[in-house]
Amino acid sequence: MTRTISVRYFAALREQRGLAQERLATTAGDAAGLYAELRGRHGFTLPAERLRVAVNDEFASWTTELREGDALAFLPPVAGG
Amino acid sequence: MTFRLSSSAIDAAALKKELGDPRAGACVVFEGWVRDRNENREVRSLEYEAYAPLAEKEGGRILAEARIRFGILDALCVHRTGALALGDLAVWVGVTAEHRGAAFEACRYLIDELKTRLPIWKKEHYAGGAAVWINPHAPLSKPAPSSKG
Repeated sequence: MTRTISVRYFAALREQRGLAQERLATTAGDAAGLYAELRGRHGFTLPAERLRVAVNDEFASWTTELREGDALAFLPPVAGG
Repeated sequence: MTFRLSSSAIDAAALKKELGDPRAGACVVFEGWVRDRNENREVRSLEYEAYAPLAEKEGGRILAEARIRFGILDALCVHRTGALALGDLAVWVGVTAEHRGAAFEACRYLIDELKTRLPIWKKEHYAGGAAVWINPHAPLSKPAPSSKG
């Protein structure tokens, strides 16, 4: 099943992707599957183990099932302050 | 109790005024400044990038936790985004309480939690032109399952 998902990238991921946001069609069933797909396509250096994921502007589990229109964000290790 | 991001210079005096409260006997303020060195590299400038909607939610949650844990009267936190120069204020945390103990403890709690939990990223620009996104070595508290699909 193909869903249209929007994805935001930050910091090192944004630079590696070359853009901050995109909409894409994917058959991935969950956030972990989508990151694996995108990492394979774009060569992201960070493994999923070092990231967190947000769905619709809230921290989420990597196994959250993707729904049509979801907004995902992959979050590199944070460094505020 | 307010957390906010600011893309322009933080006005510490104005923030302190916002916390004014006749019930408060103590106000503790922490200011994070841009320093000229990190891990033996000469830093020339910084930039911060934030995931604003989630940073604001998480900042609000951290403030609510501090109020419950320490019984403070009020707290205000502002974190910069964008380009910063040496000496600039990167983050400002102010806490008011009836007595100093709660104000000190809550201020320490707030800055420690903000640093590790807010979806904010820092890029250091070094002497010589290199620039690196700071990438803490510690594993995150909620690691992902192994990749699939």
